[in-house]
Amino acid sequence: MAMTDSGTDFRTRMQNWLPKIVLAPSFAIMVIFVYGFIAFTIYLSFTGSRMLPTFDLVGWQNYERLFRVRQWDTAVVNLAIFASLYIVISTIIGLMLAIFLDQKIRGEGALRPIFLYPMALSFIVTGTAWKWMLDPAIGLEATFRMWGWESFTFDWIKDSDMAIYTIVIAAVWQSSGFVMAMFLAGLRGIDNEILKAAQMDGASNVQMYRRIILPQLRPAFLSAFVILSHLAIKSYDLVVAMTDGGPGTSTWMPAVFMYEYTFTRNQMGIGAASAVIMLMTVAAIMVPYLYAELREKK
Amino acid sequence: MAVASNENAMRTSRVTRVLIYVTLLVFSLFYLLPLGIMLINSLKPLSEITGGGMIALPQQWTIEPWLSAWSSAQIGVEPTGLRPYFMNSIAMAVPAVIISTVIGALNGYVLTKWHFRGATIVFGLLLFSCFIPFQIVLIPMARILGILEIAGTTYGLILVHVVYGIGFSTLYFRNYYAAFPTELVRAAQIDGAGFFQIFWRIMLPSSGPIIAVCCIWQFTNIWNDFLFGASFASGGAAPMTVALNNLVNSSTGVREYNVHFAGAIMAAAPTLLVYIVAGRYFVRGLMAGSVKG
Amino acid sequence: MRMMKITGAALVLMSSTAIVHADNVEVLHWWTSGGEAAALNVLKGDLEGQGVGWTDMPVAGGGGSDAMTVLRARVTAGDPPTAVQMLGFSIQDWAAEGALANLNGLAEEQGWADVVPAALQQFSTFEGNWVSAPVNVHSTNWVWANSAIMAELGLEQPGSWDEFVAAMEAAEAAGYTALAHGGQAWQDATIFDSMVMGVGGPDFYQAAMVDLDPEALGSEQMVEAFQRMETLRGFVDDNFSGRDWNLASAMVANGEALFQIMGDWAKGEFIAAGQTAGEEFQCFRVPGTEGTVTFNSDQFAMFNVTDDASMASQMAMASAVMSPEFQVAFNTVKGSVPARTDISDAEFDACGQLGMAQLADAAANGGLFGSMAHGHANNPSVQNAMYDVITAHFNGEFDAATAAEEMVTAVELAM
Repeated sequence: MAMTDSGTDFRTRMQNWLPKIVLAPSFAIMVIFVYGFIAFTIYLSFTGSRMLPTFDLVGWQNYERLFRVRQWDTAVVNLAIFASLYIVISTIIGLMLAIFLDQKIRGEGALRPIFLYPMALSFIVTGTAWKWMLDPAIGLEATFRMWGWESFTFDWIKDSDMAIYTIVIAAVWQSSGFVMAMFLAGLRGIDNEILKAAQMDGASNVQMYRRIILPQLRPAFLSAFVILSHLAIKSYDLVVAMTDGGPGTSTWMPAVFMYEYTFTRNQMGIGAASAVIMLMTVAAIMVPYLYAELREKK
Repeated sequence: MAVASNENAMRTSRVTRVLIYVTLLVFSLFYLLPLGIMLINSLKPLSEITGGGMIALPQQWTIEPWLSAWSSAQIGVEPTGLRPYFMNSIAMAVPAVIISTVIGALNGYVLTKWHFRGATIVFGLLLFSCFIPFQIVLIPMARILGILEIAGTTYGLILVHVVYGIGFSTLYFRNYYAAFPTELVRAAQIDGAGFFQIFWRIMLPSSGPIIAVCCIWQFTNIWNDFLFGASFASGGAAPMTVALNNLVNSSTGVREYNVHFAGAIMAAAPTLLVYIVAGRYFVRGLMAGSVKG
Repeated sequence: MRMMKITGAALVLMSSTAIVHADNVEVLHWWTSGGEAAALNVLKGDLEGQGVGWTDMPVAGGGGSDAMTVLRARVTAGDPPTAVQMLGFSIQDWAAEGALANLNGLAEEQGWADVVPAALQQFSTFEGNWVSAPVNVHSTNWVWANSAIMAELGLEQPGSWDEFVAAMEAAEAAGYTALAHGGQAWQDATIFDSMVMGVGGPDFYQAAMVDLDPEALGSEQMVEAFQRMETLRGFVDDNFSGRDWNLASAMVANGEALFQIMGDWAKGEFIAAGQTAGEEFQCFRVPGTEGTVTFNSDQFAMFNVTDDASMASQMAMASAVMSPEFQVAFNTVKGSVPARTDISDAEFDACGQLGMAQLADAAANGGLFGSMAHGHANNPSVQNAMYDVITAHFNGEFDAATAAEEMVTAVELAM
């Protein structure tokens, strides 16, 4: 508790300083453990580090090599495909489920945790189950055929061109419920009076959603976008658990690339260079968002 | 998309409602399928699984895999099962969640109610830290834990999780407190209440929903973390996910899939429980501020 | 204040921290499956009999790659484990960093140099000093075959590549999967090793996989090795991609598939299925590679420890690893053969005895080569670069000629 009996001057001064003192440890921690480490990584990306960090500068060599490595291209293209589909589909499904759940649904209390729970599980836990379900010999394809739908085919996970889409499916499974929760919270926060008034003016349901409700959900859209894009860029467990980058190297993503090069292939310099590129991508998405968000709110 | 309407405000036709229910049910199946498969296979003898029927129901039900995963499966050289590691995870997650939530709450309070120059920048810096790929911190973090002499211990792991949990916990509390009437704080100040008194008497009592959201989020992330656990606390202090990985991922040994699935469900049980028990606070807490921006 | 109390209570809660005793050995390894871990427990018991405690540090996954990440974190933290399970070139890399202990005293006293094959010593020693204790030798150029299918189709063990292909054609015609295979990079690479050896023989293998001679890597023989991979690709079932190796073994054991090309650890799967070597299943070298053995060897690399008590327990561990009793106990379980060639094969089964004899033979005649697929022919960055090409080619991303060219570029980029 704050001190109550000391001199007024001291007390006021203390009160002025307290907020900063309380915030200071977090700030110091961030500066060291986040920005210090980022600086370290940037430095590493210009060194010839292989197994352990070394401090011999080699200029842009790591970046040059990075862009000559075929898997890096694959990884970047995959991320683009994955991130865009993942964000769009999760948002659509999340929004749809939220709107449906918002219709005074019986059993909402039971349905909500069912939609939400995948977010609670790590892919170390669910990866094998997904691998099996998508495996044509034992999973969905085999089951449907057993039930008599002989021509049913679903073998994307074995197909170099399609495997990345199976990762999208599993990722959507994991996060769309969470997106649903964010939209549901947004919907529940909308003032009913406005809706009633609009209805009185003869607006149809579709019009109400398009003109009034969706625009009010803008903050939820933004939060969903930010959370989903950071999950997409960081996605590592997912790929490792489901395909381990295969078939071939067709499902590599930048996070996988970075881990592989830094820790498995003893090319820490190239790994660091790929991390820097990833960080710059994150910054490119996040900084404008943070800027807009923080300026607006002051 | 089917035509729908907002609650209280309007009606929907019978056909629409049937469609909505059907869609919701189909999606429930989609969400439940992986868990269902894990459950079914954890109750089968191994021969039924390698024999091919991975999606079929067990012909012969058995709880043997569960017993084995809990208390006798080989995690390291000793057949300990997952039990001791479960305790490690609790000893790691509980303090880490509490500490990061407390720090987040104080930070959120300072950032919204005690404006000072640069506060926004500090928040921006904190927030950006949520988005760094954690792989890059492994090596420098290892060095620091070594200097502090807490490498390979639960303490070290708690420190790591607190450090990288502050960003999100601050984000949650800051957005929540931003919607909290500042007039109340000012009034209390005029009445002579101090910094911590205001926090303790005014802010905290109304923070229930956001504490729930923050704890759920942190607990899920910390409990499920593998990368930090494996890198900084392997061996005796290893958390559940690392032990599960040891169980599931042996490279050149015989694989007992049924035991793996039983272990996986065990590892997931605490977070599942948290979501089911506290799930409704989650939406309520999100509603109360964190997405309203 | 109350907040402080909560935090304090939380700190008290987490008292379950591992405390490493001075004369314990801390062992980082990835042997966590039932049989392996039980075998390692033999070592633990042995050491405890000598008053040396064992702090276990298992990190499974990715054939040891997760364990190597952990190791790096520990070394960076200034707190390396006493002993670390390690493969081939990693040992050399760590030794080059100056992180490994010197075992010369013990090695001389026990005469390791006379009983460990020279090809293995390449990995266990660095600049003439012993730095690690080899536990086993896995050989990777084995074919595992289902005896019942062979009998049904009237097949003999094939003695040449053409006979091997003919046998697989027969199996396919009879409705079996000819080759059980799991499409994971390391499994593709495992069969690729044998193809290179089979096409070009030992000298070519040495030039291409060990010396990384660009001419050899881009040669006609390399193209032919890739063409053989394409032939094999034609004999696997549609569903091979991503399959674990043990499920592929199960296909042979269950009578769905005729052959599998895999290292000797596959034997454990057959034994777990209640089968006996030489009866329900049989083993022979990949046709074309007879007389040679491509191997990988698990070793315990000993890290620098400072105080005398730890050093003494480290030596006790190294000595126990090299003892004939442990080598027999461990390798009979693991499917591999002992790292010393002076051990009786009485305890081993038919395939184990065959493996021991062939290993001794290959070691004596210069036919013993480190396996590229398992990190014993070149360093991890080159190895993985080769993986990328092999697995991309196997999955049809380019043809054999292009693959050979890609091999040259990929290796160049990785050096």
